[in-house]
Amino acid sequence: MSESTYRIQGTTGEWEVVIGLEVHAQVTSNSKLFSGAAASFGAEPNTQVSLVDAAMPGMLPVPNAECIRQAVRTGIAIDAQINRWSRFDRKNYFYADLPQGYQISQLYHPLVGEGHLDIDADEKAGILEAKRIGVERIHVEQDAGKLMHDQHPTRSYVDLNRSGVALMEIVSRPDMTSPAEAGAYLRKLRAILRYVGSCDGNMEEGSMRADVNVSVRRAGEELGTRTETKNVNSVRFVMQAIEHEANRQVDVLEAGGKIVQETRLFNPDTGTTRSMRSKEDAHDYRYFPDPDLLPLELTEAFVEECRASLLELPDAKRARYVDVLGISAYNAAVLTAEVETARWFEALLKEGAEAKQAANWVMSELFGALNRLGKSIEDSPVSPAQAAELLTLVTDGTLSGSLAKQVFEKMLETGDSAGTIVERDGLKQTSDTGAIEAVIADVLAKNPGQLEQYRSGKEALFGFFVGQTMKAMAGKANPAVVNELLKKALG
Amino acid sequence: MTNLTDLGIAAIRDGFKAGDFTARDVASAFNDAVAGAKALNAFIVETPEIALAAADQADKDRAAGTLKPLSGVPIGMKDLFATKDVQTTAASHILEGFVPQYESTVSGKLWNAGAGMLGKLNLDQFAMGSSNETSFFGNVISPWRRNNGDTAALAPGGSSGGTSSAIAARLVPGATGTDTGGSIRQPAAFTGISGIKPTYGRCSRWGIVAFASSLDQAGPMARDVRDCAILLENMAGFDPKDSTSLDLAVPNWEAALSSDLKGKRVGIPKEYRVDGMPAEIDALWEQGIAWLKDAGAEIVNVSLPHTQYALPAYYIIAPAEASSNLARYDGVRYGLRDLPDGANLQDMYAATRAAGFGDEVKRRILIGTYVLSAGFYDAYYTQAQKVRTLIARDFDQAWEKCDLLLTPTAPSAAFGLGEKSDDPLAMYLNDVFTVPTSLAGLPAMSVPGGLDALGLPLGLQIIGKALDEQTVLNAGLAIEERAGFTARADKWW
Amino acid sequence: MSVDHATVRKIASLARIAVTDDQVEAMVPELNNILGWIEQLGEVDTSAVQPMTAVIPNVLRLRDDVVTDGDVRDAVLKNAPQAEQGFFTVPKVIE
Repeated sequence: MSESTYRIQGTTGEWEVVIGLEVHAQVTSNSKLFSGAAASFGAEPNTQVSLVDAAMPGMLPVPNAECIRQAVRTGIAIDAQINRWSRFDRKNYFYADLPQGYQISQLYHPLVGEGHLDIDADEKAGILEAKRIGVERIHVEQDAGKLMHDQHPTRSYVDLNRSGVALMEIVSRPDMTSPAEAGAYLRKLRAILRYVGSCDGNMEEGSMRADVNVSVRRAGEELGTRTETKNVNSVRFVMQAIEHEANRQVDVLEAGGKIVQETRLFNPDTGTTRSMRSKEDAHDYRYFPDPDLLPLELTEAFVEECRASLLELPDAKRARYVDVLGISAYNAAVLTAEVETARWFEALLKEGAEAKQAANWVMSELFGALNRLGKSIEDSPVSPAQAAELLTLVTDGTLSGSLAKQVFEKMLETGDSAGTIVERDGLKQTSDTGAIEAVIADVLAKNPGQLEQYRSGKEALFGFFVGQTMKAMAGKANPAVVNELLKKALG
Repeated sequence: MTNLTDLGIAAIRDGFKAGDFTARDVASAFNDAVAGAKALNAFIVETPEIALAAADQADKDRAAGTLKPLSGVPIGMKDLFATKDVQTTAASHILEGFVPQYESTVSGKLWNAGAGMLGKLNLDQFAMGSSNETSFFGNVISPWRRNNGDTAALAPGGSSGGTSSAIAARLVPGATGTDTGGSIRQPAAFTGISGIKPTYGRCSRWGIVAFASSLDQAGPMARDVRDCAILLENMAGFDPKDSTSLDLAVPNWEAALSSDLKGKRVGIPKEYRVDGMPAEIDALWEQGIAWLKDAGAEIVNVSLPHTQYALPAYYIIAPAEASSNLARYDGVRYGLRDLPDGANLQDMYAATRAAGFGDEVKRRILIGTYVLSAGFYDAYYTQAQKVRTLIARDFDQAWEKCDLLLTPTAPSAAFGLGEKSDDPLAMYLNDVFTVPTSLAGLPAMSVPGGLDALGLPLGLQIIGKALDEQTVLNAGLAIEERAGFTARADKWW
Repeated sequence: MSVDHATVRKIASLARIAVTDDQVEAMVPELNNILGWIEQLGEVDTSAVQPMTAVIPNVLRLRDDVVTDGDVRDAVLKNAPQAEQGFFTVPKVIE
């Protein structure tokens, strides 16, 4: 397994870091995993709670087909083994956000087995080559409710809306060796989840959270004791948490101490982790198969439908952009990083735009505008069809590159189509040789000094004459024609 | 006019339909019986108004010609079934005052079929017990007394002790029970009535306070086999809200009742002849064999080699499941909350559960917690589930040689309250004949076979193949017809 | 396997049931009696057997992804020992 160049420099030498990530991803579905209450976000407290979610006496779980389907689709997307037979187990512990006193999860026989995803090389970040990160398993389980502590001086408030929402727990192998690798893994995983449509990957809203397992060791040594930092809700925080925790562990070990296997919390304000305050020893969850549920058995038809329903995934799409469409590797990577971007771009291609030109335009012009306006691509003021029209006007010579930029600005301002703007504002580029020749002659006549210098060898002044000609023609001259005629005029 | 409370379910249903009496008359008669029987402590809550309302509706339906299967029939409801707007306690302090906003599937089916509720019947706390001595609301007392002048209060059996006592005392013509390790069959045997635990999955568990999920089954208890069949038809059926519910049509058990057992082979499992079995029970067993032979059945000796391991396996599996099922009783969302000064959340849990659960419940939760805990799971729980597979296999192998099994229901007649409550283990041994069938999920019924020397009822158990309640009921009927059990407890309350 | 005082306390803690010293004292022999009796299961040769997963053959049904429930806050909070502004309340938890 390749390692990054990341090391912790301790007082006694170098230390390596071993990182595993357990990601909890809320499944996109209408209702919850085992109850028919809604699984959406942001409702009034305890309004998306059925009697099953509230764990009333006598309530029973009934699994949701779509939640299972989404987990299987996700597993297929990471080339994982799909287990035709799996089972639900109860994880028993007491907390106010866990009404049943147990969470229905899958310990012994998860739905999805081993898989992997690939992260790119990033030399600046110390990832010397593309790397495959193993995934040990994906299982489905219930999310817990929410406890709030700031509403009252002596009471905590319990909202069970989230209790019972389906989660996929995606457990990586401890294959990562730097914060950068962990960040890359998370970003890739999130992209895949969004491509598959099984989770919206919104870490700020909590629909995707990471538990970060970190241990350190000297080169060649056995794995050290790991700690688990729970519920980190952004890629940046995950990277910070790893950095802080790894350094903390090195400090402890170099001072002669031992790492306690424990659960920790990350504080985004201070960038540090702290031990979770708890009186009890390590939890004994007493897992056993949930007797209210039978084993989950998937038919081949079910798995096939999941497979067939998957659209092109990021890695395959990126390869196709490069191999088939001829787009540069860098552009392809950026265009396929998010499913919405790829979708927009492919809609643009469908409108007839040429791939390389379209890619360049999206990367520079569209992204530039979206950044400036603070909009996402789904909220782009310009549609793929409109962009396609603009690009066609460049290809057919109506617009020069710089004119196209002007037209695009106006499209953003007014919402009008490129064609309309060109007509209305007379922004066509002209290739009228007669007119251009006349302007060139005028420019040369007005600038005898520079002409003299050019004729004596200062070739860089060619650009000056081009600029003056374009200026005199308000940017509408066809640059290629200007170049050609200017060359003739200068001899 | 006949004393209405002497009528069983079929008689009430048919007599009402025929116009012999009004539903209100019936409900009133039973309401009076209930009100006059507080000494038995069979009820936790009496609901005379609800019974009358159902009766009035039945009278209306009769006039309009829109009768339902159980119109005019009032019944008792074990207080383990959630009943909407009526307190449901599972006989525990931790649920005292809990008023469900929902109706269990089984009780809902019975009310939709036209039945009325006389009240919520007492039981062993959380269905854990074999003598109804663990209820927070006090022991249930059997209407039976020994015939030697001894007025010691006797156990009605458990956990459905309120049900069995009420039926035997004619406070209700029939009622629901639940059976996890014998809690319908054993109380039926102790009180001289009939009761059937159907195949696991026949009746929905939705809305029944869960004890041991893989074992709990609702079932009817009544004074004869026909009444049990009638009730069961109106309790059973697929429920999509219960993942363990069987998606099968409900057979017409009552219509197909027949005591002709020609062509049936009855297995007599040798392992059920246990050391120290009272001679009277052995004698009744022989008598039962003779009766079934007389009904046309062939008698076959069979072996169920793992029988002796059923009880210890049960007392691992049931407490394990219970320890998890009862975790929800924590004082947060309903039920008792005990919040001592300065207590934090975890302290609140510990105090609430200590105050709310009875001793037997605590014992089973602790055993269950222990057998599931790290380091013991494989040795106990996994081993018990494997033994369970072997026990189920024993029955499968027996079915190659026979179609049903006949055994005694309980290893003794009713004992006195307090006689066995000091030794939990002694109490567990009451279930020795009933537990194996529970582990295998098979249908089984107890019918009264006779009285012992002290005049106390003894029951015979029929065990059938999965989904073959019909044969079980038919064999029960065959015994009932020949046993001629007409004894009833003298009214002392 | 037998339990001692410390084990009983630990199990009681896992099960969130407060126990007094007297209760622990009484429970040790009681539990050991039961556990000792359960031990006999160890005699059974189960090497060729799988643990029971479903008592009666049945298939786990998956339901359609439709919202059919919820929006019953009043019913959910009806029996709450303590509730405010639509929430259940418990003693303040410090994480």
